[in-house]
Amino acid sequence: MRYSGLQVLWQGLTGNTGWRPAWRDPEPKSSYDIIIIGGGGHGLATAFYLAEEHGLTNVAVLEKGYLGGGNVGRNTTIVRANYGLPGNSEFYSHSLKLWEGLENALNYNVMHSQRGVINLFHSDGQRDAYARRGNAILNQGDDAILLDREGVRKHAPYLDFEQTRFPIFGGLYQPRGGTARHDAVAWGFARGADQRGVDLIQNCEVTGIDIENGAVRGVQTTRGAIRATKVGIVVAGRSSQVAAMAGLRLPIESHVLQAFVTEGLKPLIDTVITYGMGHFYISQSDKGGLVFGGDLDFYPSYAARGNLPMAEHVVEAGMTLMPMIGKAKMLRSWGGIMDMSSDGSPIIDRTPIDGLYFNGGWCYGGFKATPGSGNVFAHLIATDRPHPAATKYRLERFATGRGIMDEEATGSQHNLH
Amino acid sequence: MYINCPHCGDRDLREFTPRGHAVGRERPEGETWSDAWHDFIHLRDNIAGRQAELWHHSGGCGAWLVVDRSTTTHEIFGTRLAAEIAR
Repeated sequence: MRYSGLQVLWQGLTGNTGWRPAWRDPEPKSSYDIIIIGGGGHGLATAFYLAEEHGLTNVAVLEKGYLGGGNVGRNTTIVRANYGLPGNSEFYSHSLKLWEGLENALNYNVMHSQRGVINLFHSDGQRDAYARRGNAILNQGDDAILLDREGVRKHAPYLDFEQTRFPIFGGLYQPRGGTARHDAVAWGFARGADQRGVDLIQNCEVTGIDIENGAVRGVQTTRGAIRATKVGIVVAGRSSQVAAMAGLRLPIESHVLQAFVTEGLKPLIDTVITYGMGHFYISQSDKGGLVFGGDLDFYPSYAARGNLPMAEHVVEAGMTLMPMIGKAKMLRSWGGIMDMSSDGSPIIDRTPIDGLYFNGGWCYGGFKATPGSGNVFAHLIATDRPHPAATKYRLERFATGRGIMDEEATGSQHNLH
Repeated sequence: MYINCPHCGDRDLREFTPRGHAVGRERPEGETWSDAWHDFIHLRDNIAGRQAELWHHSGGCGAWLVVDRSTTTHEIFGTRLAAEIAR
């Protein structure tokens, strides 16, 4: 069924009895050409682009829980392409362009809203750094505007511009950044993949990866063995466990990142504001909740929930930036499992095992990458060559030291990003 | 979350700096780059379950602790001074 305004009207007039499930619930076949492990945003996007751009439809996505039940359902929905480092720059630019055509490509309303992203700066030195980053963004072909204090004030008059610790000097504004409805992104890719013939198999946990003579032959699952000569791992926070099934150790440590939402309020924030000095960023959902978050708790965790000290820290930062937030009641908080790579950038590459591909290490930036990640991972799996927008996300960079992708220049070491 | 420092007793999480899996105590020999250094700096078992971790009591007595902790439940099973563990 094709979704349209006319369809909504027709269904409304006929008692909404004509809607059908958005995807099938097939039994796993005994073999496929390609298996994608992980039915999250990136895995579903990979399956969609394998079918859409490469005509590969004998594909299964294996998900141990339900589709979109991991980080794609637990993030703060921000979309942006404001990276400066070669490698990241072209990749996020590619991803942002895919976002802009996504709803038409999927025939699905992912509520992509280009409401802009403002990164605040608080000193002359930081202004220089942001001007440089803005120029890098312009050079990559995207948009960036350096706002002075009054420029920021026009967007967000309620911020505390004169705060003593980090007075606001201005902000780097990317109008094409924004937000999207995170669950809908997973559902849209799932529906698009399913319509093109991909089998989405839920409640199917991979328990082993079969390897013969250095080449992948298939996987063992809780619903039986499934054969395939190409297998892609794209499981975010659980990367290390799945890679271990193939005897691989990764430069990844899993951490908890918390996020928070207030009760629904009337329209207030019509953009995304990041306050890096305070480890705080905020936007407003279409339901009205203020959605905000901060930094990692900084200890390894698979618990998908954090501790109160970081909640306190985030709320304090929010109060410093916009004191009016203190009157809002917090509704919920939650945590996701972040696959933190040691240099802070992702890995999209072949592995030493023939036919086994890995996509992970997204740290806390995976959501905006969803279309780009799926697109370039599909390209890698289909052609065995990296996509031009993702040539630097090599697994071997850690062992050789060549091409370390350290966006913030903090060093390639755990506990720094 | 409280961590039991052998010197100071139960202390608040905020007094400690986590340093991840306790591989910091397995520093390789030699100073030139090698697979052992790559392994030491980058690669992690990244265990979902109980693991030994290094925590620094940076806001307290300054001791380095090896904490036996679950990464899935955050339960702490025991702490020892790193200095007292034989290499």
